[in-house]
Amino acid sequence: MKVVKITEAYCKGCGLCVWACPKDALGISPELNPLGIHPVIFKKDAECTGCLSCAAMCPEAAIEIYEVTDDEPS
Amino acid sequence: MSPRSLMNANEALAEAAIRAGCRYYFGYPITPQNDMIGYMAKRMREVGGVFVQAESELAAINMVFGAAAAGKRAMTSSSSPGISLMQEGISYLAGCELPAVIINVQRGGPGLGNIAPAQADYFQTTRGGGHGDYRTIAIAPHTLQESLDLISLAFDLADKYRMPVIYLLDGQLAQMLELAELPPFSEDPEPQKPWALTGCRGREPNIIRSLLLDPDALEDLNLRLSDRYDRIQAAEQRSKEMQTSDADVLTVAYGTAARLCKEAVRLGRKQGLKLGLLRPITLWPFPTQALNQAADGCKGVLTVELSHGQMVEDVRLSLQCDTPVYFYGRAGGNLPLVSRILELSRRIIEGKPVEERTISD
Amino acid sequence: MTRTLYARPQALKPTGMHYCAGCGHGVVHRIIAELLDELGIREKTVGIAPVGCAVLAYDYLNCDISEAAHGRAPAVATGMKRANPDNFVFCYQGDGDLASIGAAEIVHAANRGENVSFIFMNNAIYGMTMGQMAPTTLPGQRTATTPLGRDTKLDGYPLRVCELLATLEGACYLERTTVTSPPAVRKTKNAIRKAFQAQLDGKGFALVEVLSPCPSRWGMSPVDALKFVDEEMTKFFPLGVCKKLKE
Repeated sequence: MKVVKITEAYCKGCGLCVWACPKDALGISPELNPLGIHPVIFKKDAECTGCLSCAAMCPEAAIEIYEVTDDEPS
Repeated sequence: MSPRSLMNANEALAEAAIRAGCRYYFGYPITPQNDMIGYMAKRMREVGGVFVQAESELAAINMVFGAAAAGKRAMTSSSSPGISLMQEGISYLAGCELPAVIINVQRGGPGLGNIAPAQADYFQTTRGGGHGDYRTIAIAPHTLQESLDLISLAFDLADKYRMPVIYLLDGQLAQMLELAELPPFSEDPEPQKPWALTGCRGREPNIIRSLLLDPDALEDLNLRLSDRYDRIQAAEQRSKEMQTSDADVLTVAYGTAARLCKEAVRLGRKQGLKLGLLRPITLWPFPTQALNQAADGCKGVLTVELSHGQMVEDVRLSLQCDTPVYFYGRAGGNLPLVSRILELSRRIIEGKPVEERTISD
Repeated sequence: MTRTLYARPQALKPTGMHYCAGCGHGVVHRIIAELLDELGIREKTVGIAPVGCAVLAYDYLNCDISEAAHGRAPAVATGMKRANPDNFVFCYQGDGDLASIGAAEIVHAANRGENVSFIFMNNAIYGMTMGQMAPTTLPGQRTATTPLGRDTKLDGYPLRVCELLATLEGACYLERTTVTSPPAVRKTKNAIRKAFQAQLDGKGFALVEVLSPCPSRWGMSPVDALKFVDEEMTKFFPLGVCKKLKE
């Protein structure tokens, strides 16, 4: 299972990762981060393929992507 | 080279700078210091140093900045209009606390001026020149030998206090052939510079910057600089005197003007005029203490410059109206006359009226 | 078991960056940091930061960095690299810094073939000082100093840095790219990697010009800003290799 981890505190909500994601795996959080911005969140049932498009676009280097196997917590 | 020989001052000074440990020269041609850049072009390569003819003085001073930030003894040379172009770079060197030596072979101005000698960059040298609250140590030799002897001091002070040092000559001094002896190659070890940008292996990265957006942070830098400048004022004033102990008129002059005053003192004494000379060697820090002592008991102080009066303001500031201060100078590359120095001195001694400022013959 | 597919580069300090949302600076800073990590050169790197929005690059990139006066980075880099040729020296400049006040310095650094890597961020506007015309501003583009749009009769045409420098023998590699999509970002990274490698191989002056989005000063959303780069900027600034690296 591929997981996108977003460092909320860095996210400025530019939305470029949401736009770039071919799997619609990212969305905008209803909550606010310490910058007063709605950060991006990795959707609950997202089908991430690990294409790294979101990480490529992110101007804040706020995105990290992991592959988790055997259902162990990351 | 034989021990004492007739040398072109520009070239000899370049050699002396190399012997003082400088291996990085970046410059741009401008009269009257072209022999210096020409000499550096040949000689730097011979000693394994770096020579670059930059595209402008603006670029040259920034190359000096880069080499200084990399921890090296770097220098440039130019003349008045080129030094004007370097003011931005000098301010940045001061703000970033980087050592460098800048030789200014002064010429007539303002504007394009001419290539004859002048001393009209005193304000530019001692009053900042560039923007911001900073100072540069300024050293002014008056003979070729003195210029060769003091260049290592310029580099040492630059490194010791982490600041730019301006080395002032003029077109006359730089282009004369004089007898002098070159100093030996320095054997002093290169000073350690842990702040330099050399790659961050084994330490946290170093940052060289002068942008400090927080007013408290920028004030801290300025406080640090002011403290440094206070220590320099206390410890680094330098001057030389000639027959000042019983002088009725004290002449104050530096560089080429000092040589004229020396002759005036010599001739004046022969004529029964008690003249003396105080010759600042550091223009900043200005030798206030020595000047006050030398002027004590004088009927008047006559400042002589190749300008319309710049150092004279520091003379007045130092003496604080205790003694009348007069000025004599010429501009455009014309030299003040020894005969006029004598005439003005005689009038001062005899209590005859003398203009506060004499700028013609 | 967890396998990292992508992590924030070590050569970026663990801090947020001050750039506007969607700004190209953050992307390219990230790319530079990734390359310093991948090439293993962080500890011998000295970067030179510009005057412009990226003046605070030293707060983000975790290597030795110097400020330079506006436009003077190529001259500072010349002094730096000639002083310590074993260091890896890169300059990072915007369009005002490199193509306006620094035009002489970049031309002569290229002409001398200084063995330094240059990253030129071209967003066709002056960001930091509130959006004035840059030498690279497009004809008709409205800015704070071209309120009616850039008039080529009065203000000239956009300056093409890569093409200009391509005429110089000292320039060994010049490419223009964008960061408007993941493939474009990867292309930019490859171009900057080539420029960095050119220095490591002692080949001389290399420059990558990145057409960069400036959502704030263009008055657009980050996604629309990408479109402006792709659809408008590339009309005047063709993408691709302007000078091929000699093998």
